[in-house]
Amino acid sequence: MRVRVLIRPKAGILDPQGQAVERALPALGFEGVANVHVGRLVELDVEDESRVPEMCERLLANPLIEDYEIQP
Amino acid sequence: MKFGVVQFPGSCDERDALLAARLVGDAELLWHADPDLKGVDAVIIPGGFSYGDYLRVGAIARFSPVMVEVDRFARHGGLVLGICNGFQVLCEAGLLSGALLPNTSLRFVCRQVDVEVVNASIPWTAGVERGDVLSIPAKHTTGRYWAPDPVLDELEANGQVVVRYAPGHNFNGSARDIAGVCNAAGNVMGLMPHPEHAVDVLTGSVDGLRLIGSPA
Repeated sequence: MRVRVLIRPKAGILDPQGQAVERALPALGFEGVANVHVGRLVELDVEDESRVPEMCERLLANPLIEDYEIQP
Repeated sequence: MKFGVVQFPGSCDERDALLAARLVGDAELLWHADPDLKGVDAVIIPGGFSYGDYLRVGAIARFSPVMVEVDRFARHGGLVLGICNGFQVLCEAGLLSGALLPNTSLRFVCRQVDVEVVNASIPWTAGVERGDVLSIPAKHTTGRYWAPDPVLDELEANGQVVVRYAPGHNFNGSARDIAGVCNAAGNVMGLMPHPEHAVDVLTGSVDGLRLIGSPA
């Protein structure tokens, strides 16, 4: 089973990477863009999908600073 | 006092940590794959890029065999000092509160910083006084200390903020100018600046030796 885990910085934590991207877009003529955040994507083939939340909690994300979203 | 200095693949400051520890006691390397602390009295987790810092800084290192023993040692009151990447590893391992995020500048910064001692009553600060200002190098990309406000309040109330960047020296954007913290018991400490690089007048400061030598 293919699973995708999206990991992003928690809301409210300063995300300088997102800000840098947000500032760069208008320079290319892309106006009207706000709230840019940069996270990461982890793709996994797993035998037991039910264990993915635990994988996220223990390794794939740091729940203190990151939110994660599991997509089938 | 015998120090053990952990070496992960990607550690790069273990030699300086050994050298610093040998100025105040005995020291030997502890290999990441060996679940054996060799009977040392204190453990130093040095700086570097353990396991390539893949995924997140310190995230993989915390699961190494030696860290299982460090965790047990720390939870039984053993002295542990995490420097830079070592601080990141201790946060990931849950031995210290908070996390280290990318510097607000997103740049690697290498500079001498002044840090002020806030708590001089733990083993790692026995050789300094509250209010002392130490000149120590810092060199990192991911050193912005962060924790939720209630956790920061608790750390401050419990005296777990050990060192702060002096005014004008918080170059990475750390919450409340925090440069280093300890656990509630005070036996585990982590900080981003590198005391092991400040042990010889040749390199500008010997202030780091006052921290490393504190428990000795």
